Amino acid sequence: MTVSLVPFVASGTLVAAGVTLLLERSLVRLLVGVILLGNGVNLLIVMAGGPAGEPPILGVSARERMADPLPQAMVLTSLVITLGVTAFLLAVVHRSWQLTGGDEVQDDTEDRRVRLRARRGELARSVLARREAYRRLVEEQRAELARLEDARRERERGEAEELERQIRDVNVDLGRWLQEHKDEGLSSEQLMERFAEAQRAEEASKESRRERVARMRAEFARREREQAEREKEIRRRLRERRRQARREMREAIRADRERQARAQDPELEGDD
Amino acid sequence: MQALISVPVVLPLLAAGLKLAIGGRSRRLQALISVVTLTTVLAVSLVLLVAADTGGPLVAYAGGWAAPVGIALVADRLSTLMLVVSSAVTLCVMVYSLAQAYADQEYAAPLAIFHPAYLVMVAGVSDAFLSGDLFNLFVAFEMLLSGSYVLLTFGGTESRIRAGATYVLVGLASSLLFLVGLAVSYGATGTVSMAQLAERFSVLPEYLKLLVELTLLLVFVIKAAIFPMSAWLPDSYPTAPAPATALFAGLLTKVGIYSIIRLEALLFPGGPVSSLLMWAALLTMLVGVFGAVAQTDIKRMLSFTLVSHIGYMVFGVGLSTVAGMAGAVFYVVHHITVQTSLFLVTGLVERRAGTTSLDRLGGLMKLAPVIAVLFFVPAMNLAGIPPMSGFLGKLALVQAGIAVGGPLPLVLVAGGLVTSLLTLYAMATTWSKAFWREPPPGMTEPVGTVLESEETPVVRAHGTEGITGRAIVTSASMPLPMLGSATALVALGLSYTVLAGPLSALTRRTAVELLAREPYVSAVLGDRR
Repeated sequence: MTVSLVPFVASGTLVAAGVTLLLERSLVRLLVGVILLGNGVNLLIVMAGGPAGEPPILGVSARERMADPLPQAMVLTSLVITLGVTAFLLAVVHRSWQLTGGDEVQDDTEDRRVRLRARRGELARSVLARREAYRRLVEEQRAELARLEDARRERERGEAEELERQIRDVNVDLGRWLQEHKDEGLSSEQLMERFAEAQRAEEASKESRRERVARMRAEFARREREQAEREKEIRRRLRERRRQARREMREAIRADRERQARAQDPELEGDD
Repeated sequence: MQALISVPVVLPLLAAGLKLAIGGRSRRLQALISVVTLTTVLAVSLVLLVAADTGGPLVAYAGGWAAPVGIALVADRLSTLMLVVSSAVTLCVMVYSLAQAYADQEYAAPLAIFHPAYLVMVAGVSDAFLSGDLFNLFVAFEMLLSGSYVLLTFGGTESRIRAGATYVLVGLASSLLFLVGLAVSYGATGTVSMAQLAERFSVLPEYLKLLVELTLLLVFVIKAAIFPMSAWLPDSYPTAPAPATALFAGLLTKVGIYSIIRLEALLFPGGPVSSLLMWAALLTMLVGVFGAVAQTDIKRMLSFTLVSHIGYMVFGVGLSTVAGMAGAVFYVVHHITVQTSLFLVTGLVERRAGTTSLDRLGGLMKLAPVIAVLFFVPAMNLAGIPPMSGFLGKLALVQAGIAVGGPLPLVLVAGGLVTSLLTLYAMATTWSKAFWREPPPGMTEPVGTVLESEETPVVRAHGTEGITGRAIVTSASMPLPMLGSATALVALGLSYTVLAGPLSALTRRTAVELLAREPYVSAVLGDRR
């Protein structure tokens, strides 16, 4: 038995063309695609019955030379069905054209709404994360400021203590000196005299001590100034950062609202 | 008895013709014809179920031509069980749709077009269940599809036309693929009688067998909305009229499942495809239920759970043991009933609140406690709360999966449990949002054109579409037939718990008969083998 390749190639071509057209969005093209596909498939059924033969009527042709009548009956049935459904599809195309003025298959609006809702959720989460990061930043900077303040207070206290200690030492020295001379049995005039003498002798070193105190004070003031400068800088930076974060957040929220408004409008086309 | 087999196919077709002839006149007569027809079909199906269960498969030959040449209608346990459940569901939905049309003040169009299309679809579904012939199965598919095309695009509103175009194209593509499968299998075996195919496929070379099996399986996978061929379902079902959506959800996907059961059990037993089916089942369950969790509209959420729970039945089929098959059949019975009742109750929600969007619903527990209970029961049933039938079906499948053992069935068992949990989550959030929480501000009453404003305002709610595409008339008082048919379906779903013993025994006998194959083949072919 030999089989002709031609009907198979024809059927394959029809099916291929039909499938290609089925991938379109225009309903008319889809319709043509379905028709081509249907013809290709029906041709395939006819060929499933084997090679051509004589009419399958008893008494007219010999049994072995008869064509198989069953596929032909099946093809008739499927032709009628395909015809009916194609007519229905044509009516749908017409109605679609009446309603929308086009024959494109539209996207499902509800699908788009769900997609937008998911995106909105992501956005809300990102805004939350940004807010959290901002809060953490502010906290960190506050902690840094507090630490600096503490360190300054600590240093000031240390310096004050040092001064007090020096004064106490001087007082103690003075007391001891007076005691020594009282023990030697000197009168208060003599004592005053000695004291003045000692004062004169110590004038030089005293001078230097005063200088030292002044220098220390100057140093302290300078440090204080520097510290204040630094604090100001930090505060400024903090303010700036806070402002920027707020700006960013406001922008994000605005974009979020916009998308929300878009999501609630089912007719809107560009949701990306 | 043989004469009765054709009744579920022929009677609805005759009634559809009669109703088309009568047209919009004589409302009473129209309603009477529909209800009587479907009641008769239900009664006949019950008789057939008892007969097939006690006396083995019954066969009728169309036109008196005997099996391999003529078209055989075969009523075995599986067919008749499916017939009984489907005709019970179709009867309830028919009563519901009659009452809905009446409540929406739409009289002519639903009776003259909606109901004939409905009856043609019912005839197609019955024919698909009874068909013992692969080509006749194709014709049955076309019958039910053409009916569903009309129902889905009824009224020709913009959303329905958009959904309808996709639906019709998917239906057409799968039908053409079915024809390809038919051509290849006829070319290879020279027959389309399923009994004869069952014998002849076993001697075919392996690659040819696999080619035919995969082509046909792909067709049924599209029909049953199994992942990755499930995207069309949540896109198109929710826009259809509420009774049509309920019917589609209950029956159409199950026709696909039924065909897969026949394909795997009768035509290609024990092939390499079963593990493929199990993977598909796992993905269907998970992808579907994740989709359901994300939805904010009840109808869409239910459409996604519908897809998800198809996975359970495919899992049972994929196991291809008696326990697995029995579990799958039990689950089909449970799922047809429960999913349909959920969609019907959603229709009631829409009628009370004027919307099914969870963003706008709230406080229905106070406004309509009956609807709240009617939604809650099948929702928990679907999620698998013991002792309802959803739990029993899942338990049967889990036990079957563990009995088979091995990594893949155990992964599926785990996937099934996760899916059940997530279904419970989706149902609980839906219920608490729509019924339990305080209503969102300004959303206590439906928005629309006020028809009557007495104590209970009657409003044509904006944004809704009734049977003919006009807005639904909402009101605080529910039409009794609508409430009654929804309650009847919910009660039917609960009755599977009471009847769990006999029902699971019946599904077990069904599975034994399916996997034995011999009763079916010898009943059809007799001594003509």
